[in-house]
Amino acid sequence: MKTRIAIQCEPFDAAAEIAGLSDGAGAVATFTGFVRREGDLATLRLEHYPGMTEREIARHIGEAQARWPLLAATVVHRVGSLKPGEPIVFVGTAALHRREAFAACEFLMDYLKTRAPFWKEETRAGVTRWVDAKATDDHAAARWKQ
Amino acid sequence: MKLLYFAWVRQKTGRGEETVPLPAGCSNLRDLASRLAVRSAGYADAFGDLRRLRAAINQEHADWDALIGEDDEIAFFPPVTGG
Repeated sequence: MKTRIAIQCEPFDAAAEIAGLSDGAGAVATFTGFVRREGDLATLRLEHYPGMTEREIARHIGEAQARWPLLAATVVHRVGSLKPGEPIVFVGTAALHRREAFAACEFLMDYLKTRAPFWKEETRAGVTRWVDAKATDDHAAARWKQ
Repeated sequence: MKLLYFAWVRQKTGRGEETVPLPAGCSNLRDLASRLAVRSAGYADAFGDLRRLRAAINQEHADWDALIGEDDEIAFFPPVTGG
């Protein structure tokens, strides 16, 4: 299986990522997350744990591969300072059929939210604070254990 | 052992990483956190409530009861918020 994991400050090219996934696949499912335009949100800054981040994502891709017959998987996550409207995360999965591709993409995204060591800090009206984890994200990831 | 701190844990301790000897009588993450909590007001603030904190041993998520050793890389951080 072809795997690509990238943690980067620069924006990513979703079309190029899809092109990298589609070889031999009947289905490519993708998710692109953007920094929400919320009221007075000025900046979102992300930090991560270099080394553990890549290992944790690789583990999740391995788990997805054990559940569904995937041909390829790509996870690109940005770090550093981002503005509202900017793309922040890309998850793409390739399989022969859409059902596996959709399921694996959602699985990877749920685990990325709750297990990959990233932390968001937001600045609103000059005040900077760390974003709290959401229980709804934990519930979404827990579904896959049932 | 190597200790790493991320997000508000780093801000409260005032450092991103440090190398310290494994404290005597310290066998798991919970012991270590309680030793760190008495070092200063900042450390007390960071390690005072383990319910708000998460940890990893050698880059894998770990429970507070997980055993630790002199050669481990141990990280403390808030619940993750990526994606």
